[in-house]
Order: sequence, then C-alpha cells, then structure tokens
Amino acid sequence: MTPGNALRRHAIAKVFHLLCATVTWASVAVLGVLLFHVSYSGWMWLDGQFLSSFPSRFPEKAGIQSALWGTLWLITLTVSFSVPIGVAAAVYLEEYGGKGKLSRLIEVNIANLAGVPSIVYGILGLVVFVRFFGFGRSVLAGSLTMSLLILPVIIVASRESVRAVPDSIRQAAFALGATRWQVIRSHVLPSALPGILTGVILAMSRAIGETAPLIMIGALTYVAFVPNGPMDVFTALPIQIFNWASRPQQEFHQLAAAGIIVLLTVLLLMNAIAVLIRYRTEEGNK
Amino acid sequence: MEYTPNTDHGILENEQPILQVEDVTIRYGDVPAIQNVSLSIAKQQITSIIGPSGCGKSTLLRAFNRMNDFIPEANITGRILYMGTELYSEETDPVDVRRRIGMVFQKPNPFPKSIFANVAWGLSINGYQEGIEERVEKSLRRAALWEEVADRLHDSASSLSGGQQQRLCIARALAIEPEVILMDEPCSALDPVSTAHIEDLMFELKQRYTIVIVTHNMQQAARVSDYTAFLENGKLVEFGETNQVFTRPHHNRTEEYVTGRFG
Amino acid sequence: MTNGSPENTAGLPLNKTRFQWKEETIRGALFLCAILSVATTLSIMAVLATEAFTFFENVSLSEFLLGKKWTPLLVPRSFGVLPLICGTLLIVAGAALIALPVGLATAIYLGEYAPGRIRSIVKPVLEVLAGIPTVVYGYFALTFITPLLRSVFPSTQIFNAASASIVVSIMVLPMVASLCDDSLRAVPLPLRQGAYALGATSFEVTTRVVVPASLSGVIASFVLALSRAIGETMAVALAAGATPRMTLNPLESIQTMTAYIVQVSLGDTPAGSVEYQTIFAVAALLFVITLMMNVIAHHVLRRFREVYE
Repeated sequence: MTPGNALRRHAIAKVFHLLCATVTWASVAVLGVLLFHVSYSGWMWLDGQFLSSFPSRFPEKAGIQSALWGTLWLITLTVSFSVPIGVAAAVYLEEYGGKGKLSRLIEVNIANLAGVPSIVYGILGLVVFVRFFGFGRSVLAGSLTMSLLILPVIIVASRESVRAVPDSIRQAAFALGATRWQVIRSHVLPSALPGILTGVILAMSRAIGETAPLIMIGALTYVAFVPNGPMDVFTALPIQIFNWASRPQQEFHQLAAAGIIVLLTVLLLMNAIAVLIRYRTEEGNK
Repeated sequence: MEYTPNTDHGILENEQPILQVEDVTIRYGDVPAIQNVSLSIAKQQITSIIGPSGCGKSTLLRAFNRMNDFIPEANITGRILYMGTELYSEETDPVDVRRRIGMVFQKPNPFPKSIFANVAWGLSINGYQEGIEERVEKSLRRAALWEEVADRLHDSASSLSGGQQQRLCIARALAIEPEVILMDEPCSALDPVSTAHIEDLMFELKQRYTIVIVTHNMQQAARVSDYTAFLENGKLVEFGETNQVFTRPHHNRTEEYVTGRFG
Repeated sequence: MTNGSPENTAGLPLNKTRFQWKEETIRGALFLCAILSVATTLSIMAVLATEAFTFFENVSLSEFLLGKKWTPLLVPRSFGVLPLICGTLLIVAGAALIALPVGLATAIYLGEYAPGRIRSIVKPVLEVLAGIPTVVYGYFALTFITPLLRSVFPSTQIFNAASASIVVSIMVLPMVASLCDDSLRAVPLPLRQGAYALGATSFEVTTRVVVPASLSGVIASFVLALSRAIGETMAVALAAGATPRMTLNPLESIQTMTAYIVQVSLGDTPAGSVEYQTIFAVAALLFVITLMMNVIAHHVLRRFREVYE
C-alpha cells in the first residue's frame, strides 16, 4: 500500500462516513419538517369550536366531534375483541403449542397476515362483516375488521412477553400441584402483563391511524352525529382528515392539518404511556 | 470394569418404603439418563442421591414428582410405586402427584409476590379455603423462617437473602402438606451459614416428612442422610445406609468417589 | 376439596383431578383463538377468490392481465389492469430508489459509526416516522411536496407519482433501516475485526465484508419494504391521482391498484355490477403479489438467521 493509495482510501472512508451520517440525519430533519408543516398549517384552526363541532360545508363551522367519538367507539370495541383473542392465541402458542406442525402453520399464518395490505382486510370486512353477517356499515363491523388487522401485532408482542417469564417460576408452580391454567393465570399472565400492555398500546396506535379498511367497510365521510350504539354508522379521525384533504379548498386543507394535530397528539399520548409502562417495569425489575 | 447394581439393597428391612423404584430406565430421545435403577425410599427418613455430574441424579429425582413430563423427549420404562400406587399409570394424575410429593429447586425460585402470597398460593390452588393465615404461619415456622419474616409478611419475596428465599421455598412446599419433599441440590447456591441452617432444618423436617435429596456435596450427604444411593453414568452402583456406604462401601467405585478420587 | 394431611391420605389412590374438564375446555378455547389466524387467511382467500370469480365470468383473464386500458367506469369499458400495475410500480420504484439506499446507509451508520447516544436519538425518530398514519403522509405529499416539486419542475401536475413516491419512501424507510440494522448486527464481530486487522478502512470493511455477509438479510428487508409500498393506499390516493395511465413520467398523475379500490368504494357504483366487481379482481391481484413477496422474503430471512444463530 503506497502512501498515496492509503490517503485515497482514507478519504473514501471519510466521505462514506459523512454520507451515511448525512443521510441518517436527513430522516430526523424530515420528521421535523413534517411536524412543523402540519402544525403551521393547522394550529390556527385548533380551538374548542373545532373539537366540538360537526363537519360542515363551511370550513369555519366544521369540527371533528363526530370523528373523535367515532374513533373512541372504534378503539374501545377493537380493544374488546382483539386483546382477549390475541393474548389467548399467544398463550396457546407459548404454553400449550409446542413445536408441532400445527403450531408452525399458525405461526406462518400470523407472519403472513402481518404483511397483508390493510385494504385487503377492508375487503374481508366488507364481505364478511358488513354483508354476510349483516352488520352493515356499523362501528361493530369496523372494529371487527380492525381487530383482525391488528391481531398479528398483539399476538407477536404478547408471545414475547409470555416467553420472557422465567421458566423457574413455572417449575416452582407446577411442583406445588398446579394445573397448567393455574400456572398461566397466577404467574405467567401477571408477569407478562406490562409487556402485553405495551404491545396493545402500540397496536392501538396503528389502528387509530388506519383509513383504508374503514373506507372499504363504508365508514362515511360526512357524519354529523355521534354514534349511540355499536350498530350505528360512524366516521373516524383519519377518514375525516382524508375527506378534508381531498377537497380543493385551502381552508379544508388547513382543517385537515388541525385534525392531524389532534390525531398525532392522541398517538403521542398513547406512546408516552407505553414508554412509561416499559420504564416503570424495568425500574421495578432492578 | 463391570459392576452390578445392588438390587438386594433395593428392599430395606425394618423400614417401610414410601417410594419404590423398580427397574426404571429414563431416556431423552435415544440417550439413556438412568438405566435399570431399582431402589426404595424409606418413610420419614432422609435419602441422598450422590454421584458425579451428569450421572442422572436430577433425572431420577424429577421422576418422583413427574416433572420429567414437561420434557417432550423424555420417556420412562419400569415402575415407580408411591405407597403402592403406580405413579406412571394412566389413571394417575400428575397434578395430584405433585401435591403429595413436593420439590425444592437448586436455585431459590420464589414467586415475584409477597412472602405471604408465596406460601399461600399453593393453598389456594389446592382448595384450602379456611385458616390460610394459620397455615402460612405454621409452614414458615416449620421452615425456620417465621421469626425473621413475621413482621414483614407482605414485603416482596425478593427482599429476602438467598438462604431466606430457599427456606421460603421450603415453607411454600410444606404448606400443602406433602408426604415427600424432593430437594435438588438445595444448598448449592447458598453460603455455608445458610447451608448449615437448611441442614439443621432437614433433621427437624424428617420427623414429619420423607426427604430425598440430590447433592454433589458428599460431606453433606454423609452428615445429613440416613440412606445413600450412588449413581454413575445412569446406573445405580450402590445403595444402603449412609454409614455403611461411606465407611465400608461394597464397591470400588463407591469408595473411589466418596474418598474424592474422582467426580 | 381435599384438606389432605399426612394422616388421612396415606394409601389413598391418586385420582384424576376434578379440574380435568375445565383444563380441557380452557385449552380448547385458547386453541380456537390461535387457529383464528388460519381461518382469517382462508377467509381472505375464499372471499377474494369467489368475488373475483364472478368478475372473471364476464371479463377474460387475458384481457384483464394484458389489456392496456383501464376504464371500467367509463364507456367504452376496458378492463386491462396494466395501467394500474404500471402506476403501482412507478410509485414503488420511486420509493425504492430513495428508501432502500437511504435505509441501508442509515443502518450502516447506526451500526458501524454512531455512538450510543446518537443511536438513542435516531432510533426513536425512526419509530415515530413509522408510526405516523398514512393519511398524514398523504396530506404532506399533497400540501408540501407537490408545491415544492412544482416550483422546481413546473410541468408537474397537481396529482403526481413523484410526490407520493417520496412520502412512501419515508414510510418504508424505518422498516428498511430496522431490518437492515438487525441483519448487519448479526454478522459476527470476529469477521469485522479480522478485516480491520488487515488494515482495511471502515468503508472497506462495511462494503466488502459486513454487507456481503448479511446480503440475504438485507435483500429480504428490501423485498418486505417493497411489499409494504405496493400495499400502501392512503398516501397515493391523496397525492398520486386517479388517472390510470401507462407512463414512466413521475411528474404525471397516475392511479395505483390500491387507490382505484378506494375510488370505487367512495363512489356510487352499484354493488354486484361488473364495474364494482373490478375491485375484487384488483384486490386479488394485489393480495397475490404481496403474499408471494412476503413469503419469499420471510423464507430468505429465516435461512439467513439460521446461518448466524
């Protein structure tokens, strides 16, 4: 290696380093730009009137109350369906399943379902829940569809949490003459709970932002009332945002930005709670 | 060097066997962990199982309370009788077996709950509904731990020292009134003072419970047990009264092991 | 309930627990929950197959797959899906052009160069980017990126593929970075150290040792990202347009498969008609493409992990 060559090689290495660093910080910059742009466009429209009004043809009068309540209904029902089923599936796979062919089949299915585009879930929901079961374009149909969508997320997170419970605890419990379910209920699930909770919150964050499946099952884009029951039609935050953003007028775009601010704030709160839970359990374990 | 197991020492005179092992072989897949072992465990005595690493002591111990059931590749041939009933028959429920034959593990493994909850849990799942507090106190006293924890029963079990945690595990096992207590190297993770405490405890426990202890510490086996079984490579080399096994062993290998020439 | 004490259980036979049926029921219920995943997959396939079947009774498969005009909602009707595929590919190619190299470079930077402090800033940022809903990106594309593009390239249409490509690339970037990061870190330290010991620069170690060693993992992550980009709906629906056309010009308005499905759903095409059934045919195509890509990518990823773990 000649001195000239070495210099060149080191120069290349430095440039490469700089390139990678620049590119990485670019991502951070992009996030900053995005958040700034949204805030700048929307903050003027963000007030009490915005939160308490219903959508309207007139931008000054429009608000997201129906969308907020729709999202709330949606999330509550989705949690009710997906969490018990998801945790149950995870418990089965980790505690009862073993390594047989059936368990492998289930695992492969879960991995594939995680990669299916959300709009396909929407079609599934349309045909199965809206039509076949006759639930119509209701919050119920929407939440069932959403539950299927986020089920893989919950199952994977729950499995990890269950797996993390030390086996010595199980052995001790079995040695006292406990049945498997007693061991799971008294020891495995309580220990795995923080991890499961974190996973659920992250899954919910995903569900709150999903639009395509809701459009497919027929969530309306102009709903001027709050849902009163699971069979009511509804709208949701992302749908309202989409609706406003699709309109040509500048004011509606700004309304969309305001809606985005609300949506992102909700997501931020949820993730903060998840981080808090993770932090508290890690502190407790020390 | 061929040696035959002492099957004649399998049946003990003057003692009532509570557990009887008859020609038991346990394999993990194709690999035998213990082969053609026969011995008897005397009631309300302490029997120790000794031998070099990997000789199958823990496998044999876990066979008594069917903890090997959790290892999918494990299979067992032969019979183990518990007070005349076959432990591995179709009608026998392993859950019930484990209630009657308790276990203390090598590394103390209290539940991440309070001291009280640790002892009480076994009671709750086995249907005890009344007198929980009295039973918890009784078990903690029998495990020689009560004095140290009476004023902080609702503290977390993890706040106890290693030796205390192991005595808590013993109390937890005692709470459900087993007849036999299996101990898998219970002192190997503890300091000498805690070890001495637990050895003293064993003498007291022996009056009510049958104890089977696996230990790699020969001095401990000599100090504590009434009967000793020496295993090597999964085969029972010698079994008899501890005194005899350690001072006048019948087999060369036994003598070599207890005098520390190997293992 | 037994209150067994040594006195009164001696000699009693050990009987089956009274909880047996309860345990079996619980196990069965848990199993049903687990098997739901298989049921979901089968349902998706069944739904798409049956609905697409009714479509293909009216339109031949060859017309669908090979036709170059897609005008199911206009007269005269054409059902050639290539324009939608072309639109999707344009978006995906554009996104890949940005996200794949940037994602890999980010993973390299985080793995080989960045100190822990920087990692702990950048990683959460990437997670936030990944967590932002797609409508937000669609909005961003429409109201920020498109005006920006138009000021640089005045011929850019209001709805264009480039804008959507850019935001889709931001969306899949965290996935690429994270998966590449995992793959790069799986390469054992001794391999790197050996190269450094021979006097190689960090650039050479990275490009000639680490990346090649983790290549299948990196490629698998690329494929997964592409699959995700193909399935992306809202951002392209907002920003890319509703004009199915065969073009390679990213500054023009196009329509992707996903955006088409949304368009029909939002419209008032009567259910059951051939025009309406087109959404199932397109969705079936979408599903098959993404499923194939995911299966291949997961297979490659699993083989890669087997080598290094």
